Amino acid sequence: MTLQTILPVQAAQIKEWAEARSEAAWLTERRLQALELAASLELPKPEKTKLDRWDLSAYGAFKSVAKTASREELPAATKEFIEEGTHNLIVQHNSGVVYTELSEELRAKGVIFTDLETAAREHEVLVKKHLGTAVKTSEHQVSALHYAAWTGGVFLYVPKNVELEVPLQAVFLTDDASATFAPHILVVADANSRVTYVDNYVSTGLDGKVLHNGVVEVIALDGAKVQYATVHQFGKEVTDLSYRRALLSNDADIEWIVGEMNDGDTIADTATSLNGNGTHSDAKIIAIGSGTQKLNFTTRAVHFGKSSESDMFTRAVMREEAQSIINGITKIEHGATKANGQQTEKVLMLSPAARGDANPILLIDEDDVMAGHAASVGKVNPEQVYYLMSRGISKVDAERLIIYGFLAPIIAEIPLELLRTRLQRIVERKLGQ
Amino acid sequence: MATNFVIEGLKAEIEGKEILKGINLEMKGGEIHAIMGPNGTGKSTLASALMGHPKYEVTDGTATLDGEDLLEMGVDERALAGLFLAMQYPSEIAGVTNSDFLRSAINARRGEGNEISLIKFIRQMESSMKGLEMNPEFAHRYLNEGFSGGEKKRNEILQMMMLDPKIVILDEIDSGLDIDALRIVAAGVNEMRSEDRGFLIITHYQRLLNYITPDFVHVMMQGRIVKSGGPELAARLEQDGYDWIKEELGITDETVGQEQEA
Repeated sequence: MTLQTILPVQAAQIKEWAEARSEAAWLTERRLQALELAASLELPKPEKTKLDRWDLSAYGAFKSVAKTASREELPAATKEFIEEGTHNLIVQHNSGVVYTELSEELRAKGVIFTDLETAAREHEVLVKKHLGTAVKTSEHQVSALHYAAWTGGVFLYVPKNVELEVPLQAVFLTDDASATFAPHILVVADANSRVTYVDNYVSTGLDGKVLHNGVVEVIALDGAKVQYATVHQFGKEVTDLSYRRALLSNDADIEWIVGEMNDGDTIADTATSLNGNGTHSDAKIIAIGSGTQKLNFTTRAVHFGKSSESDMFTRAVMREEAQSIINGITKIEHGATKANGQQTEKVLMLSPAARGDANPILLIDEDDVMAGHAASVGKVNPEQVYYLMSRGISKVDAERLIIYGFLAPIIAEIPLELLRTRLQRIVERKLGQ
Repeated sequence: MATNFVIEGLKAEIEGKEILKGINLEMKGGEIHAIMGPNGTGKSTLASALMGHPKYEVTDGTATLDGEDLLEMGVDERALAGLFLAMQYPSEIAGVTNSDFLRSAINARRGEGNEISLIKFIRQMESSMKGLEMNPEFAHRYLNEGFSGGEKKRNEILQMMMLDPKIVILDEIDSGLDIDALRIVAAGVNEMRSEDRGFLIITHYQRLLNYITPDFVHVMMQGRIVKSGGPELAARLEQDGYDWIKEELGITDETVGQEQEA
């Protein structure tokens, strides 16, 4: 028996789009295969969230965008995120990248930083080799549809032994509800390289629903060190499905810093596969839920390598009627001796109608390891409010101090000062203060 | 105007159990009063009820500071009116640095548009911390988090010094302090003695009073002040304990509300 799934993306659209953009045949072929696969795959099943009840149809249509010649002409909504002195910047506006800048200095070092569509043409070998290796097309219907429909995106390649001091930046903006918005970020850090990448996802002025089906892949080869910071702050109209995955070779290191500040429903899965020996993964997530948001945040570390280490910290604040499921999954495979996986999920509830479910999950198939977890869901402690008030601080300010204090240990760890202060501002907005 | 703090017929309960059974006390600026008594007699409850701890319910009586009714005020308003309680068990608040907290507390007094300048604040904090022999790094540590018992107490005194209150209640400030810390804390209190400031020192040891000489000593039992006197009363308690008072008053069990209070 075959069950006909009606997909929100059509083969004809993909072909037409590919032709218009003279896409490489291998890539178009992959898209069509992914689409075919999507029809037979099921939706992902994040813990305690019934995705089949979500409206995941708002893929929109592929729409060309004109390149922007100068930074001044960029949409205002993107400009506020751009670092003053940055010379390494990619801006995506709806279906396509409109602006790319890479400094001469980095270019000379062999760094590649361009939209993924261009990279697929100009750096075919590299892209072909790594695209789809961290998040597989066949994982579920959402990943398959992503590989069929992604547009724009970022390709960042850092050659062997190149250590970059300045962060590279990208901004993704959706402001046209009829346009497909599904960027794919592929970062390849070659052996012993070091790089920091920062991006922001924003929406503005939408007059309808948008589905963001986004994938991030980080490939860190032997001894590479990648710092990946991302802040999502889509409006209510955007349903955000984000799958982020890092693959670590021997002695490689990834640091995830994630700010989940959307106003719409969100599924975010941030995972590291510690394939090599001596690898290290660190994930810091802060999340704020408000309104009637439905949220499911998963952090995941899968240990294959010996002496591999993972740390995951999630701090979430839930206001109003926000419903959140927060999962931490540490998996240690057989043979990953001396691995050490630690995780903490903490949720602060600000309203009786909000929900916060913290689920620490340890799956361990090896004896010679260390693993630990801690999870808590709590309210603002009245003793603490009393203590602060006893010094003359008003109730509102006392609670504000405590809420910021709850998030501060993660914000304080953010390595970039600008991102830190900006995140602080977004937190303020999201907390309604 | 000279500070005037008056407690009349104060009754308070916790979870339906009456702990304070009618406290009367009058204090003026410049005076130091000590409230002594064995464990479980209601001393700390008095401190918490005056500050407005949410677990304690005042059922009767009044407490006024310079004619203003404290019991009608919220906890923050009591503090702004000039009341300060150095707590026996200060809360730990992760993520809020000591200096951010103190600056917020100072600015709450000064009001919007009149905030203390950062430089002035830092200078004040540094000099107060120096006086209390606190490591400067404590300014940037999270509020009371990971502080030892003695460090927490010094931090309470630091707050008192910086907030410049009219009435200071020290609740068991001497418990858990070694002799050096006790000396430093006492020096901090003595430095703050002034004509417009009154102190209410709650303790069950006399030793703190070797460093801070009280003008008045009150003994609490069964949720009431059962005896008052001058500094000589504290000396007698140190020498003879509390049994003679119990005998004098015919009290067999001095505690109130059973194991309610440490």
